[in-house]
Amino acid sequence: MRFRRISFPISAMLSIIAILLYFFHGLNFGIDFIGGTLMEVQTKAGPADLAKMRATIGSLHLGDFSLQQFGAPNDVLIRISEQPGGDQAQQVAVQRVRGALGSQVDYRRVEVVGPSVSTELLSYGTIGLVLAIMAILVYLWFRFEWQFALGAMIANVHDLVLTVGFMSLTRVDFDLTSIAALLTILGYSLNDTVVIYDRIREMLRRYKRLSMPDLLNASVNATLSRSIVTHLTVSLSLLALLLFGGEAIRSFTATMMFGVVLVGTYTSVFIASPILIYLGVGANRRGGAEEPDTPPEAPSTVPSQTPAATPTRRARARR
Amino acid sequence: MGRVAFITRKIEAMLFFTRWKAAAILIAAFVICLFAVPNFFSESAVQKWPSWAQRHIVLGLDLQGGSSLLLEVDTNAVRKERLQAVDDDVLRVLRQARIPFTGRAIHGNSVEVHITRSTDIDNALGKLRDLSQPLSGILGASGQRSIDVAENGGLITLTPSDAAITERIRQAVDQSIEIIQRRVNELGLVEPTIQREGVDRILVQVPGLQDPTRLKAILGKTAKLDFRMVDLSMSPEQAAATHAPEDSEILEGQNGGKYLVEKRVLVSGADLVDAQPGFDQRTNEPVVNFRFNSNGARRFAEATQQNVGKPFAIVLDNQVVSAPVIREPILGGQGQISGSFTVQQANDLAILLRAGALPAPLTVVEERTVGPGLGQDSILAGEHAAYVGAALVVLFMFVTYGLFGLFANIAVGINVAMIFGVLSMLSATLTLPGIAGIVLTVGIAVDSNVLIYERIREEVRAGRTAINAIDAGFSRALATILDSNITTFIAAAVLFYIGSGPVRGFAVTLGVGILTSLFTAFTLTRLIMAYWVRLWRPRTVPI
Repeated sequence: MRFRRISFPISAMLSIIAILLYFFHGLNFGIDFIGGTLMEVQTKAGPADLAKMRATIGSLHLGDFSLQQFGAPNDVLIRISEQPGGDQAQQVAVQRVRGALGSQVDYRRVEVVGPSVSTELLSYGTIGLVLAIMAILVYLWFRFEWQFALGAMIANVHDLVLTVGFMSLTRVDFDLTSIAALLTILGYSLNDTVVIYDRIREMLRRYKRLSMPDLLNASVNATLSRSIVTHLTVSLSLLALLLFGGEAIRSFTATMMFGVVLVGTYTSVFIASPILIYLGVGANRRGGAEEPDTPPEAPSTVPSQTPAATPTRRARARR
Repeated sequence: MGRVAFITRKIEAMLFFTRWKAAAILIAAFVICLFAVPNFFSESAVQKWPSWAQRHIVLGLDLQGGSSLLLEVDTNAVRKERLQAVDDDVLRVLRQARIPFTGRAIHGNSVEVHITRSTDIDNALGKLRDLSQPLSGILGASGQRSIDVAENGGLITLTPSDAAITERIRQAVDQSIEIIQRRVNELGLVEPTIQREGVDRILVQVPGLQDPTRLKAILGKTAKLDFRMVDLSMSPEQAAATHAPEDSEILEGQNGGKYLVEKRVLVSGADLVDAQPGFDQRTNEPVVNFRFNSNGARRFAEATQQNVGKPFAIVLDNQVVSAPVIREPILGGQGQISGSFTVQQANDLAILLRAGALPAPLTVVEERTVGPGLGQDSILAGEHAAYVGAALVVLFMFVTYGLFGLFANIAVGINVAMIFGVLSMLSATLTLPGIAGIVLTVGIAVDSNVLIYERIREEVRAGRTAINAIDAGFSRALATILDSNITTFIAAAVLFYIGSGPVRGFAVTLGVGILTSLFTAFTLTRLIMAYWVRLWRPRTVPI
């Protein structure tokens, strides 16, 4: 547990960087949250001529817009900023673009979000995240002690902050699926934290005289191989989605990959566990390395509540 | 001996299943998997099956292509209309009671009227209060009234209550849904879904529709049709320059020009019983032929009898479509609207008139359209990712845990089949993020097995025998599995609640996946292990 003297400052620094990124670099908000139009078109004859398309749409004077190659060379993503004049104005804009591009292109996807919906979606997303955090906090509080709930929360808000920083840095589209990604990261990295906490609680009950840092070390070590295996299987699933899942969910899977695989694992070991020391779990223990009652390397001897039947005697009984 | 009995019972708890319990578990899993079967047959084949077996997964619009429109009812129009109605009532009531008044006007959210003589105030208040009706709440009378009436020094203020307005909006949305349903059906679109969203929104989803331009045009029209007389007392230009008579207003023509039209409605579109596109017999241009119900026919006959030789205006959504001169009384209750239409316009107008007018204008606030090409690509991409992801996880588990890895893979396979079964039972919508949810579940579902196996390894290291370690591994890991999955499930539940469309699809598959993986971890994996232990009586654990 000595690494907390390194991991805490590092995490604090990274979190501050992430928050600064959010405020000064901003997020690449998608149309879900800022309104506007998104069109994915595919040219019917040959690769798309971006310059020509740009000129065509530019002549419509629709304010800010952008064109982007998207996957194949004849796939183009057109983004048009929200038009002034309410929900109706967005519809007019789409109609004009459809008219200008005509039938040279296939309209693979058209999404129009008006101002009244976009502000709602953003507030729903934020409320959803806060609600999820509260609900999980309450659940953990019931199942564990409040220190555990608080520790898990601090650790996982830290996950979310870093992930938002990542999204700001990489300029991935921040839309409704990003909220889904954030919620899944929250649920998943908590899953990991809870597994370790479960073990810490078990050890707290069993080894009354083990010092807190030693106990945490033993708990993390005992669950480490499980953490590694599980993270590998989840990473394999995400990798498959990232490579083969198509463009439409790429930003979603990339965000999950970062949040679940990189941050989640680090957090549960290096933040969620040691933070319990600061929150005062086991503060009334004797502490220090004097006379630990059992070596933490062999944590699971026969529990005290079962009769003192040794495994050999039990096996004999079966035969 | 007592000790031995105790231990045997403990093993029974984790690794021993009575025959009927094992059968129940297997049958439950099998039946749930069976529900996934209709997904592998064509729509037409499934339709011959009994109805309970027909439930299947619905592909989301992002996978099958189609158009989704979110419409908002113009609540301001509803409010304004309500105010206008109150205003009209005030005028009628006071005139009937012969109470002189001045300064009748709509101010903000209320109607104000000044009673001229202070002796009339009590009388007027009584008459106007009669306009306000008690509102019925969910449990009978709610104590609220439709209009709040206040008086201050001869100035009477009538304010429609919020509860009354909310009720009007609710009715307007209900009516709109009905009319949208009719319009969409008239357009011949296949399997549309139309549902209320929140207080004042309506979600219209049409699978397979690639270009919703015409649908939007049809839904964007209120289609309020009136027949009114043209006011010939002055020209529209004169009226615009000076002041229009109180009972008339200036309206624009659909093809340009201005008309001075009386506000009084002779017959309204509500009295139409049929409207069909057709062609004028003389000019051969597209027209709409319509027929009134008996009430409309009688009123139209009266009006045309009194006004032979004068023009009347056919007004659609406050625009004059045409203003023909009445050559002779129209007694048969049938008529024709001409207005230099194209065939398509005549067709659409007939549809609108048949379906009826919307109680308030609708605005498209969100549109999401996916072409069939992208949908097909997304399905392929999702399938590829699912196969590759599953293969990688299966291989990894086998390499890491050997025989036990194989057990885990069997459990995950059944798990995925059960996810499809449950999704079919719910007739859930599968979206691309939903497929991602399933792939992710495969990764997460093996976690239960990993937790159990790692615990078994630990118990072995602590010096237990194989069977004893397996037993202890299960009993200790299950509590952890429950705790860790509930947190993810809470996140999925919140996501389901706040999300819409594709995101909700993700929440559904993630949530269902957690439940089925809990089921397999607690029953199937244990059952497989129990049979293996019973058959092989292992001395060592092969992990």
